[in-house]
Amino acid sequence: MLEVKNLSVCIDGKQILDDLSLTVKNGEVAAIMGPNGSGKSTLSYVIAGKPDYEVTGGDILLDGESILSLPPHERAAKGIFLAFQYPVEIPGVATMTFLKAALNAQRRARGEADLTTPDFIRAVRGAAQSLKVDFDMLKRPVNVGFSGGEKKRIEILQMSLLAPKLCVLDETDSGLDIDALRIVAEGVNALRRGDRSFLVITHYQRLLDHIRPDVVHVMAKGRIVATGGPELALELERNGYRDYSEQAA
Amino acid sequence: MTLHSPVAKTAAETELAQAFSALEKPDGNRAAAISAFEKIGLPTRRVEAWHYTDLRAGMRRAAPLAPAPSADSIAAARAALADRERLGEVRFVLVDGHYVEELSDCAPEGLGLAGIAEPAPLARADAVVLLNEAFAPAALCVVVGEGAALAGPIEIAHFTGPGEPLAVYSRIVARLHPGARATFVESFLGAEAGGQRNAVTQVSLGAGARCEWATLIDDSPDLHLESQFVTVGSDADFNGFALVSGGGLVRRQVFARHDEPGARISFSGLSLLDGKRHADTTLEIAHGAPRGTSREFFRHIVAGEAVGVYQGKVIVEQYAQKTDGVMKSQAILLSPTAAMNNKPELEIFADDVVCGHGATVGALDPAQVFYLEARGIPREQAEAMLLEAFGVEAIEKLVDPVLVEAALQRARAWLSRRGTGR
Repeated sequence: MLEVKNLSVCIDGKQILDDLSLTVKNGEVAAIMGPNGSGKSTLSYVIAGKPDYEVTGGDILLDGESILSLPPHERAAKGIFLAFQYPVEIPGVATMTFLKAALNAQRRARGEADLTTPDFIRAVRGAAQSLKVDFDMLKRPVNVGFSGGEKKRIEILQMSLLAPKLCVLDETDSGLDIDALRIVAEGVNALRRGDRSFLVITHYQRLLDHIRPDVVHVMAKGRIVATGGPELALELERNGYRDYSEQAA
Repeated sequence: MTLHSPVAKTAAETELAQAFSALEKPDGNRAAAISAFEKIGLPTRRVEAWHYTDLRAGMRRAAPLAPAPSADSIAAARAALADRERLGEVRFVLVDGHYVEELSDCAPEGLGLAGIAEPAPLARADAVVLLNEAFAPAALCVVVGEGAALAGPIEIAHFTGPGEPLAVYSRIVARLHPGARATFVESFLGAEAGGQRNAVTQVSLGAGARCEWATLIDDSPDLHLESQFVTVGSDADFNGFALVSGGGLVRRQVFARHDEPGARISFSGLSLLDGKRHADTTLEIAHGAPRGTSREFFRHIVAGEAVGVYQGKVIVEQYAQKTDGVMKSQAILLSPTAAMNNKPELEIFADDVVCGHGATVGALDPAQVFYLEARGIPREQAEAMLLEAFGVEAIEKLVDPVLVEAALQRARAWLSRRGTGR
């Protein structure tokens, strides 16, 4: 599914990712854990195609095809979805309008017809119900005045509607209370499928109690320094990142 | 105030003088206006109120004065209007600045059409106003009777015919008697490159009257000069709006005055500028009576090498206690060569008032653009969505849904033209 090969990335001349390599298999849930400043969010942004980052070496392949030269909307149409750590507020654009524009833009990019309004509303209602999102909230502008938990639930709602191949969750647990965390995790678990992969970025093991990963990678100073099973997350929770930070240095 | 007297007449000023001397028997008011104009000439940036718009440089020649419309131009107007959506229940049509009864609807109940009349002088030492007084054909006067409430909007369509570019002057006088309610929309259409327009609208509201007045400018004259005069009686409510999506050099000047207590005046607008266009909105709102409210809310989207100007002056006179004024002007610049000049001003002579103003100039937020792109929305569409959201907040100051839709349609058309790299 996703292959990151010897990726090096700079921002404003400062190296953030350093020869990073990573593979996420079809249907796999891979967790990336690491201390602050290790480059986790940068990795998620570079996969999604955020400008401002300069890729100085390496490549990112989705199903064997390089995506580095594609603009963000084409990567999205190919099935990449980034759940933002800080979902952006967009005053003046109703959430429903935004969802419909996104869904239809992706359908058009794949040569499919636009969704009819009744089909669209039905799809949104279904997703909203399972994520316990009040349908009226979707008439409000995107993320404006939403609580932290509501914003994250809306991210997962978008993920569910857009049905991506690769879901990158950038610290989706940050700012969530226990109940919200459970709802979000259940939403993610409901989307697990043999042909859909997840890259779950987090500081804490907590999220991984709810979203059980197949693989755990540890990131420090812009590279993957250890890979293991779910037990690696528990070990980190006990010992912290110190061992790995020193190893990377 | 420094009055600037140009040393030598420009070609345009000479042509204006010649055009005036060719008029058949101009009356005393017209003669007084042209002689007052000749004393000051076309304004340069040295005239304070014209600091950001150099009309003397922008109006190099005076286009020939449009004659009363011929049968051909009336036929052209009829054909053009037949293809166009109606914005109001009732439509009055001006062709080249002249009211044309045969193209206009009958006045509905409650609306008196005083027909055409020679209007009274405006007593304003402004070159654009003086030129209108010197050259405008007789005014179209509409009167809404006491307590009358007109159902749908009344459209005043200013049509400019095809052919040789001309100078079109027009004058509208609207009077709402006490307690009257009406919605007007002025649409400017048909003008093409080379055309010059000078329109004056005078609106007066009696006690307790309510009026919404939208102005839509989306045709393409080189010069669109417009002056709007608004006076409100006690507890009256005036809500003005303008969409500027066309015109090479546009100057909209609004002179509004609270003469009696408790009235509310609101002005809002959206200017959409691209290429080398220039749009100047200049407001002067005078509070001359207590408990008045004024609201100004303007948004500007400026692309290419275009220049936006907003000058808003709120004057609170000594006896206008308990005045409540809020003014906002916000711009988004879409290119490094686009420019916006914001000049909000408050002159307060009363001591018990609440007045504030804010002006901002920024770019589209890259975080918002990326968020939309990351969901599969192509960049141009993402930008158009964000720009529409920015503009809609100004459009939604209009109350009448027909006018909201008409303004929205024109704004969307501009945004999609921009998207296709016109």
